[in-house]
Amino acid sequence: MPDKAPFNLDGDYYSSRFSELSKGEGDTLILNLGPQHPSTHGVLRVIVELDGEYVKRAEPVLGYIHRMHEKMAEIKTYVQYLPNMGRVDYLHALAWNWAYVGAVEKLMELEVPGRAEYIRVITCELNRISSHLLWWGAYVLDLGGFTPILYAFDDRELLMDILQLPTGSRLTYCYYRFGGVSADLTETFMTRTRNFIERFKTRIPMYHDLVTGNMILRGRCEEIGALPVEMARRYGATGPVLRGSGVPYDVRRMEPYSVYDKLEFDVPVGQNGDAMDRYDVRMAELEQSIRIIEQALNRIPDGPFINPDVPDRIFPPKGEVYFAVEGARGKIGVYLVSDGTARPYRLKLRAPGYSNLHVFAELAQGTILADAVSILGSLDLVIPEIDR
Amino acid sequence: MTQILQLLTNPLVYLLVALVAILTFIALNGLILVYVERKVAGFVQRRPGPYEVGPHGLLQPVADALKLVGKQLVMPRGADRILYWAAPLLSFAPVAVCLLPIPFGPNLAGLDVNLGLLLVLAFSGLNVLALCLAGWGSNSKYALLGAARAVAQSVAYEIPLLLSVLSVAFISGSLNFAEITASQTRGLLSWNVFSQPLAFFIFFVSALAETNRAPFDLPEAESELTAGFHTEYSGMGFGLFFLAEYSYMIVVSAVASVLFLGGWSGPFLSGPWWMLGKIYALILAMMWFRWTYPRVRFDQLLNICWKWLIPLSLINLLGTAFMINLVR
Repeated sequence: MPDKAPFNLDGDYYSSRFSELSKGEGDTLILNLGPQHPSTHGVLRVIVELDGEYVKRAEPVLGYIHRMHEKMAEIKTYVQYLPNMGRVDYLHALAWNWAYVGAVEKLMELEVPGRAEYIRVITCELNRISSHLLWWGAYVLDLGGFTPILYAFDDRELLMDILQLPTGSRLTYCYYRFGGVSADLTETFMTRTRNFIERFKTRIPMYHDLVTGNMILRGRCEEIGALPVEMARRYGATGPVLRGSGVPYDVRRMEPYSVYDKLEFDVPVGQNGDAMDRYDVRMAELEQSIRIIEQALNRIPDGPFINPDVPDRIFPPKGEVYFAVEGARGKIGVYLVSDGTARPYRLKLRAPGYSNLHVFAELAQGTILADAVSILGSLDLVIPEIDR
Repeated sequence: MTQILQLLTNPLVYLLVALVAILTFIALNGLILVYVERKVAGFVQRRPGPYEVGPHGLLQPVADALKLVGKQLVMPRGADRILYWAAPLLSFAPVAVCLLPIPFGPNLAGLDVNLGLLLVLAFSGLNVLALCLAGWGSNSKYALLGAARAVAQSVAYEIPLLLSVLSVAFISGSLNFAEITASQTRGLLSWNVFSQPLAFFIFFVSALAETNRAPFDLPEAESELTAGFHTEYSGMGFGLFFLAEYSYMIVVSAVASVLFLGGWSGPFLSGPWWMLGKIYALILAMMWFRWTYPRVRFDQLLNICWKWLIPLSLINLLGTAFMINLVR
């Protein structure tokens, strides 16, 4: 065994800079969580300074799964870039589909047929349910409960089967097109979705019985990581993280797009902004999504599922546009600058997870290591979306 | 034949035979519990569990064991060689001694000593030393944190464990397992669990914490510390810790059966099968908890101990002593 390690045991730039900042503050331990760690969900890296079990400082380090999605847009035509959108956030891929397609439609002032709008609402909400289910399972897993994630996957499997029918894929969907969607919904899809809804309505109370009321779980969530409204605003947190703090900001309600203004649904909010509130908000959103899907299934009109006037190659007019949709993790925004050619001049993606993550550094200060993990889980982070 | 039986009357030979029998039991039990745990997990999670190796996956634990034995023994750079390899052995070795004084049947104990209870408690306390060495010797921050948690947890939970055991000793007036069992052979209602339900509850909760089983598996909390004190171990180093964990489950379940559930005595056909049945019923309950509950937090764990279990067990002990005096 050689005496000298072939790699630097003292850490890299981030950890050494982090250690320098802590000099002279007493006897602390610098612990590197990730980028390969069971509770960082992918390749997030967090450096924490521990005083015993207490977290004195925490700092997320990003960039381990940066794939240059924004830069890629500049060298691809508008249509070629569509599949990228399913890979930014693989858990709620359809919302990203929608944000990009919606931005181009807004710029070109394309008309979307009524049927296509309802198809988008139904599929997007189904995708939201599958995303929330995975978060639910993974969060309880973070808290040490092994079993719930398998129950969640049981339901999620059905959802993926359903979404596979029109989209052809199970996770990284590329389904929405400029002016509509790529395939119509079949009768099989409708019956399977209705069956799923009936089944899921009995599953939600079971989830609450099995997990939500559990004393240990409540002890791990209540009054943990309370996020004040002022702080949420400061970091630009959106989605269930913001709504957990009591701000009823939901893009579907505040800046309605598509047919959301014709559908009835509530925007669930929390009170204290702690991990339990974020948990409750997401669980309530499952029910609201079911409500939206039911209404949409009953109202879906006949007609074309895509605008036939949209050409194969599109050249949006010169100009810039911003379009936002509500993803499972918050506000997904696409800012698009077009110079009139076949490729975007610049595309900026606003990932909700990026803003939500940075709340963590401040929330984790002074908590116990186990609470920091609980807070990290309650933010529902998808790292590929944050790094883009 | 008679000569061999004659040989067994020699206490040293008897002890040796008992030790071999116990080690065989532990090894077999490890294989069985691996299978049972995975099947129980599968049942709780509505999936079949291991199914591929052998009929209904029955040979899965053998495959697992072979894999563990066949793995290279890896030690992290900068680890303390002696402490690092001593820890898994030290964790596993006391188990055999812990099972020696336990009466599996009317005359079926490896070592019939007057202080059997004390022997078990003393030797099971060695486990925490092993975890401490493993954490310190691995030269890893995760392992060190896991070891620190293990020490705090074990030290705290040993107190309610002792206090709840003491109240049974008060009733039976003995620390000898055979005598404690004998006092519970007068029917189902003479079992100590009916006269000492609180002590049984406290004992079981503390035993869960002592054996690092969920929801008190903080020393190896995988979502925080990846694997806690055994993060750096692989192959048989990990295998021994694993075997030790299952063996300690047997030890605490056996002690609980003897102290509270009448040991080998049953409402009919008393014998070793009752003892085994009780042990495995308790282990099944422990597995059920593991696959159902989330993990408690470190400070919550200590709060449960210092604020609830210790005062409750003290009150229970004083109450027991008072009642015994009253009856006399």
